[in-house]
Amino acid sequence: MFKVLLTIALVLLSCAIIMNIYRLIIGPSSADRIQALDTIGINLIAGIAIFSVILETYAYIDLILLIGILSFVGTIALSRFIERGVVIDKKR
Amino acid sequence: MKSNDVILHTLTKVAIFVIFTFAIDLFLSGHHEPGGGFIGGLAIASGIVLFYLSFGSERVSKNLPLNFIKVAASGVAIAVLTGMIGLLSGDPFLTHRIYEVDLLIFGPTEITTALLFDTGVALAVVGTAVHIILTISEDRE
Repeated sequence: MFKVLLTIALVLLSCAIIMNIYRLIIGPSSADRIQALDTIGINLIAGIAIFSVILETYAYIDLILLIGILSFVGTIALSRFIERGVVIDKKR
Repeated sequence: MKSNDVILHTLTKVAIFVIFTFAIDLFLSGHHEPGGGFIGGLAIASGIVLFYLSFGSERVSKNLPLNFIKVAASGVAIAVLTGMIGLLSGDPFLTHRIYEVDLLIFGPTEITTALLFDTGVALAVVGTAVHIILTISEDRE
């Protein structure tokens, strides 16, 4: 019973990622695309957590923190690019 | 244009400890568990890039005076020299040794020469990644 629930959750998360990829390709403005990339990262984190519950292993727990860090830095860099056109300023 | 980055600065000062601690943990757990020099170096590089993003390149290169090309080159040199340790006793290239060392706090610990090799890999990855990102994205004028 519990395994069925976890599988349904995984399928729903995959549907969410597919819809985000649609928004990533179609998205009229860059802000939509950045938002979609960030949401894909969060959905991947949730999927990995459910996956490691299904497989009963701790091996994937490190990945969660790593994807969180990388998507955080990527979102900051992209939003700075659409805000100012320059990613790393000379002087702050 | 004077910009107001209070939220980003405060968040960076907290998150940078988490990122570097996690990078060192990934680097050290690489012998028996997932992790290792490559992904540890990538996490350290993302921390350094976060510094550059939130504080600007002038302030960071004053406080972190590293030439990242030299960092990458010294990493490759460390990796190659560690591979030659095996050659000294007639074994093939990249043969590694295992030692049991009694560290006082941590108890008996297994230390291999693959750890030194991984240090070289991590330095090469940090130098290459940070230098590529700075070259692409730095403000030129």
